[in-house]
Amino acid sequence: MSSTTNTSTNHTSTIGSIGTPSRRNTELALLVFAVAIPVFAYANVGLAINDKVPAGLLSYGLGLGLLAGVAHLAVRRFAPYADPLLLPLATLLNGLGLVVIWRLDQSKLLQSLPTYFTAAPRQLLYTALGIAMFVVVLIFLKDHRVLQRYTYISMFGALVLLMLPLVPGLGANIYGAKIWISVPGLGSVQPGEFAKIALAVFFAGYLMVKRDALALASRRFLGLYLPRGRDLGPILVVWLMSILILVFETDLGTSLLFFGMFVIMLYVATERTSWIVFGLLMSAGGAVGVASFEPHVQQRVQAWLNPLKEYKLSQAGVAGHSEQSMQALWAFGSGGTLGTGLGQGHSDLIRFAANSDFILATFGEEMGLAGIMAILLIYGLIVERGVRTALAARDPFGKLLAVGLSGAFALQVFVVAGGVMGLIPLTGMTMPFLAYGGSSVLANWALIGILIRISDTARRPAPAPAGNPDAEMTQVVRPS
Amino acid sequence: MSELTLTVMRLGFLAVLWLFVIVAVQVIRSDLFGTRVTQRGSRREEGRRQQPAARQQAAPPQQRGQQPAAAGGGGRRRNAPSKLVVSEGTLTGTTVALQGQTITLGRAHDSTIVLDDDYASSRHARIYPDRDGQWIVEDLGSTNGTYLDRSRLTTPTPIPLGAPIRIGKTVIELRK
Repeated sequence: MSSTTNTSTNHTSTIGSIGTPSRRNTELALLVFAVAIPVFAYANVGLAINDKVPAGLLSYGLGLGLLAGVAHLAVRRFAPYADPLLLPLATLLNGLGLVVIWRLDQSKLLQSLPTYFTAAPRQLLYTALGIAMFVVVLIFLKDHRVLQRYTYISMFGALVLLMLPLVPGLGANIYGAKIWISVPGLGSVQPGEFAKIALAVFFAGYLMVKRDALALASRRFLGLYLPRGRDLGPILVVWLMSILILVFETDLGTSLLFFGMFVIMLYVATERTSWIVFGLLMSAGGAVGVASFEPHVQQRVQAWLNPLKEYKLSQAGVAGHSEQSMQALWAFGSGGTLGTGLGQGHSDLIRFAANSDFILATFGEEMGLAGIMAILLIYGLIVERGVRTALAARDPFGKLLAVGLSGAFALQVFVVAGGVMGLIPLTGMTMPFLAYGGSSVLANWALIGILIRISDTARRPAPAPAGNPDAEMTQVVRPS
Repeated sequence: MSELTLTVMRLGFLAVLWLFVIVAVQVIRSDLFGTRVTQRGSRREEGRRQQPAARQQAAPPQQRGQQPAAAGGGGRRRNAPSKLVVSEGTLTGTTVALQGQTITLGRAHDSTIVLDDDYASSRHARIYPDRDGQWIVEDLGSTNGTYLDRSRLTTPTPIPLGAPIRIGKTVIELRK
């Protein structure tokens, strides 16, 4: 026995906390790197557009460096065993997003539009708020398991957040999708971004309790485990909810995000492939059903199937057609493999939402396929760290929450990138960290904060044995 | 600005971006190459696994695991277990480093290992080192009992290396 255990030592999984050094210095080194790259990019844009190093280079670099430093110190102080990669990756994406938003601010074409405003300083402010949010999460969320107590409150909160844009007088219908609310003095807020986190908490808490019923009480049919009728209840409710979002807020992205997140978490909780099959069938059915009568969705599908035709109609002045899908594809195409170089593309021709929904097109044109691949890999790494955190977590709630949050993150990246690249119909969501938008930046920094908290708990080598105050006393008394 | 400078900057930027990605992947390379969740009984590819990956990542844990044990003093340090491994059940593959702390098992959220098992009590059992550094498992009055090998525990019992401790559907063991 002992010989087999000895040989097996080397390949048991080390998912857990064996010898995990705190890795904070690795994080710091990567952070310095992650701040240096956007500064370099900033200088590059300035040189390409104005022939000189931009005046704000030093303050921008210092500002981003300061924000990253604050976040790093907070992690060092409040989550010393957290994953070393999450913070640098998010910082790099946020920094690059800032640079490209600033680059689009410089465009003469966009400046001539009536809707123009300098977005970069605002985005820098949102970034600062986002980092503050991140630090607040780390300080006040000492243990992610606390969130489990708020399972049903967070469900209620998420529903309220999702319904807010429908409240008359509060909701704002901007460009066909009702996913914003306008708060006086603050501008418009996208509550769906925050609902994402609240819903992940609810699903994790709910599935942790119910997963045995969902996994075990089932009949086998054609190789699939069919759940009992009454266990289908929750998935039907979530499905109905996302359909309602689609109908009333005409936002395909949010609806896809929530339903997809639920299916992912359901699959992880029950290990039943049948849920994925059901989920795909239901979302396909729902999407086709809604698209058959909702004109806004139909228009999006048309723009996806025939972008060139839509472009021509739009150029001819026919109302209700969008030229953006085709323009985004052209932007990617003109970028080629290595891109035109930062500041030298013409993606500002996508006039509207060039720095939010379509920011990826600018990346694609100016950094080329090579740059886009790197960006997508960085997103992939964030998701990988999230799933890794889930594997390492020692409690089912933490596992499910980490999977849910990273799954939602991955889905959002897929929905936006797929939409801009023409793989799926375009939806009105923002690329996490890259795109302009306060709600998105804030919510995603909070998401990273929660993931860092879970990974800190998971990787902490000597968890304090709480809840057993007399453990030390009873240890002395032992049978001899 | 000259065309050449801009071209160099463009390619330089892409190179730096990719360098960052590669460095980030290096940081987590143990995830990609070094670990594998093994079930008990699947011991294939033994020779291959011993090589670079094992060197990279099995070595530090060994050292770290031994350090506190060695610091604790005492004679028979050779066979001291360094980690607790969950070998069956929903948490299969999870490991906890043994560093002199008490490990609690149960369904309570604040347990070291949170069991998600209808057969486990909320405070089911605990594992702790006695004064000599011998690891002891003690049942905390659970409903369905804790089993060491085949026998149900009634008193705190020393754990032999590699002996399965069974709680409901979960099996854990101590390994070197």
